[in-house]
Amino acid sequence: MLDKKIAEPQVSETVTKADLVRAIFLKLGLSRRESADLVEMVLEEISQSLTRQENVKLSSFGTFEVRHKSQRIGRNPKTGIEVPIRPRRVMVFKPSNVLKARVNGLDHRSGGF
Amino acid sequence: MIKSELVKQICNRNPHIYQRDVEKIVNTILDEITDALARGDRVELRGFGAFSVKQRNARIGRNPKTGENVDVSKKVAPYFKTGKELRDRLNQA
Repeated sequence: MLDKKIAEPQVSETVTKADLVRAIFLKLGLSRRESADLVEMVLEEISQSLTRQENVKLSSFGTFEVRHKSQRIGRNPKTGIEVPIRPRRVMVFKPSNVLKARVNGLDHRSGGF
Repeated sequence: MIKSELVKQICNRNPHIYQRDVEKIVNTILDEITDALARGDRVELRGFGAFSVKQRNARIGRNPKTGENVDVSKKVAPYFKTGKELRDRLNQA
């Protein structure tokens, strides 16, 4: 059975909000409804902080930062017509060293990142 | 905003839930995302964004101080793409 598992091609799956809700439901024993509300609330708090242009730092996970982009000249790749790209705000995620180590299958204490 | 402040905010909105449970909820969410990425899976959170991992090839790096060549091995890097709704909200003000 183990051989078969290794032989299978590695298929990447998608985790969604529903999976996060289930994890909370199982771990905390809250109702599904309340678990769903809480997942939304956590994401909403983070979003609101960012729209206030306040960075969000989640220790051992990573930092969400808001960056300001100044105006630049873009070009429609199809027509070649130049169009100004207005100054705008974008968000970036900077993964923590712990997260970087984890996705590389390392324990966070082994360092190297 | 840091994690403890996020927990406080959620607590204020849900006075019937213990703070330690809210901490557990926030950590569960972050752990689920971390575990998924460690498996090489993608995490898609509608309206917020999507986490995924990208392969980085091995390369020869350079110590900027000494100019020395260093081998940087192949690795996987976490990546986040902002969702459409959040991207729009950032620019509404």
